Amino acid sequence: MIDYELSPDIAATREQLHMLAEHAMRPIARDYDEREHEKPWDFINMMWQLSKNSGIGPGREKDKTQPRSDSERNLRTCVAVEELSWGDAGLYLAMPGPGLGGAAVMAAGTPEQKERFLSRFKGEKPVWSAMAITEPGCGSDSAAIQTTAVRDGDHWILNGTKIFCTSGLMAGDPSKSNGFIVVWATVDRSAGRAGIKSFIVNAGTPGMTVAKCEDKLGIRASDTATLIFEDCRIPFDHILGSAEVPKTSEGFKGVMATFDATRPIVAASALGVGRAALDFVRDELKRQNIPIRYGIATHKLTVIERDFMDMEANLQAARLLTWRAAWMMDRGQKNNLEASMAKAKAGLVVTQITQKAVELLGPLGYSRDLMLEKWMRDAKINDIFEGTQQINMMIIARRILGYSSKELS
Amino acid sequence: MINFELDEDQQLIRDTVVSFARDEVRPHAREADEKGTIPAELVQKGWELGLVQSVIPEDLGGFGNAHSAITGAVVAEELAYGDLSIATHLLAPRLVTVPTLEFGSDALKKSVLPRFCGERFEAASAAVMEPRMDFDASAPATTLKRDGDDYLLSGEKCLVPLGNEARQFLVIASLANGTGAPHAQALLVDRETPGLTVGERERNMGLKALATTRITFDGCKIPREQLLDGNEAASARLANLWRVAQGAMAVGVARAAYDYARDYARDRRAFGQAIAQKQAIAFMLAEMAMEVDAMRLLVWEAAWRLDRHEDATREAHLAKRYTSDMALKITDNAVQVLGGHGYIRDHLVELFLRNARSFSMLEGLAIA
Repeated sequence: MIDYELSPDIAATREQLHMLAEHAMRPIARDYDEREHEKPWDFINMMWQLSKNSGIGPGREKDKTQPRSDSERNLRTCVAVEELSWGDAGLYLAMPGPGLGGAAVMAAGTPEQKERFLSRFKGEKPVWSAMAITEPGCGSDSAAIQTTAVRDGDHWILNGTKIFCTSGLMAGDPSKSNGFIVVWATVDRSAGRAGIKSFIVNAGTPGMTVAKCEDKLGIRASDTATLIFEDCRIPFDHILGSAEVPKTSEGFKGVMATFDATRPIVAASALGVGRAALDFVRDELKRQNIPIRYGIATHKLTVIERDFMDMEANLQAARLLTWRAAWMMDRGQKNNLEASMAKAKAGLVVTQITQKAVELLGPLGYSRDLMLEKWMRDAKINDIFEGTQQINMMIIARRILGYSSKELS
Repeated sequence: MINFELDEDQQLIRDTVVSFARDEVRPHAREADEKGTIPAELVQKGWELGLVQSVIPEDLGGFGNAHSAITGAVVAEELAYGDLSIATHLLAPRLVTVPTLEFGSDALKKSVLPRFCGERFEAASAAVMEPRMDFDASAPATTLKRDGDDYLLSGEKCLVPLGNEARQFLVIASLANGTGAPHAQALLVDRETPGLTVGERERNMGLKALATTRITFDGCKIPREQLLDGNEAASARLANLWRVAQGAMAVGVARAAYDYARDYARDRRAFGQAIAQKQAIAFMLAEMAMEVDAMRLLVWEAAWRLDRHEDATREAHLAKRYTSDMALKITDNAVQVLGGHGYIRDHLVELFLRNARSFSMLEGLAIA
């Protein structure tokens, strides 16, 4: 039966996180945008304690010891992430917790591996994990990665360079946390995508170096690291999933399945940034006594009303696609198509919404005294990471047309 | 708790309408458009689905199912997927029955609704739009004035579906109420009312199989019992039920165009491969698929609010606006995917485009 109302449990989480976003994130958001590469340690420590004590925050979403029902885990995560990103997308990304690395372990790890690698998130000190896929020579074409993993007895030896690793510094530098990086590497280059496996590398493992943190357009509170692997030796059982190289690319599909869970979450983060801009514009119009009149004929609407309504409708369309993708995952349905739709739509519309919001406020919108210009910069990443808009459109096209990646590339 | 799945009854209704739209409606779409008429047998078959009778109470002769805007949206989308003209024709009686059911007095229900429970299609309609560039359904130029215990109705309406055969019309007029600004008042008007003149059949860009006419009211005397609940919430709800139905129809037309273009692009070969294998085409199709889903989710949200009897003006307005714009874009892109062939009347996409152009201007042509 159709229902658009969040369950009371999720609605309560949203309310709590909204308070937190408003009072703990907004006040420091501009600061950590201006002071790139500085870490908001007070906020980080507070979030760590909070997520441990009260069970809110995405850091605890995957924790099965929580008493609450888990049947809406993905939807709850999406709602939580939208709220936190409404506070600040960079600070949200900088929060400690399992994050994308944890999602990969959840998706591809054995029960024993989940216990072994994820138990560190219950400790006293904040911990991060991260996902390292992109390389200097390949981004969207993740089947072309060059980083190698060579079996040596009871170990794997990793060699290669990873870039654009979100939270790579916090997860990979042992002076920051006892974290880990999930590294994509090929065990057999001749096997193409079938040879790609993911490996857990603990912070401080000899041979792994955090070489650099990027200067970025937005989400500056979050670090984006370059990691270099030079004969980095890890135990054999740090591989996620099977070590065998199948004849087909099924294994790679398994690795890619992580994205079905993470794309709605990225879309949800996008929604938070877009809503921040939309809320600001709505409040400002109200302050200036400029009404938004629903239910009257289109030709009577002002340009501002039309723009605002288009922003609103597009954001809600993206939100509903996002919730649907998460809802499907919660029901155990395949959502590869729907996850890509959510990500493609959300990434695009929040880019457009925040750009339009800057325009609507005119010279004020361009000023760093207001947050709109920052939200516009923050929003853009959602059109790029976790699969660019174009990659997601490609996935949608293949699904609806029944084409393989060979037939449509 | 969030759920995007129709309940079992709604799925059953949808399945029925899906087959009817595919097997009965779609095969007639082109010929009906060219000839400007819909076969009477098809209309009768549509009537026998019970889409009008279903929500009329049992003691008045109907099936007694609860009225649901979501169910109405599902039916409207699926029928419009078959053909927009035929869908609008088949659902036209609801333009009178649903407002009567929701906003009419018991006496009015008793006098109006049993007529819609017979064996044969009972034509009825709504006269909402007016032939003016600045038409606004929330402030029509057609006026309703007190005249003793009765009212006098004057004005001109256009794009009245089935104006040639409908026996009863839902009319929207401005009613001056004391000192305040006039408000839009809904009322039922019988075809035989003195002063009512039905004009010539209109010639429209699309919806060509749907017979629409102008209607003029020249001081028509209207008994007060013919007025529906005129309070603000009721008027808003009525307009929102239109918006949901037409939004749903926009989803149906857009989806029809998307399916047509996708199938064509998979078959049509150029440069040694299917044109769907070209990113320029594939990305257009991907966007269509994504937007059809987004459109439906927005329409259902507004419908869901209406079914909970919550204020839905914002949601319905945004859904109607979004679906109107997007249906036009999608049908236009469908023509583009077919290229020159899309411009030829051998294919349906040009018909979809002409029909989709109606959504952003036309109001009150269907009700959820």
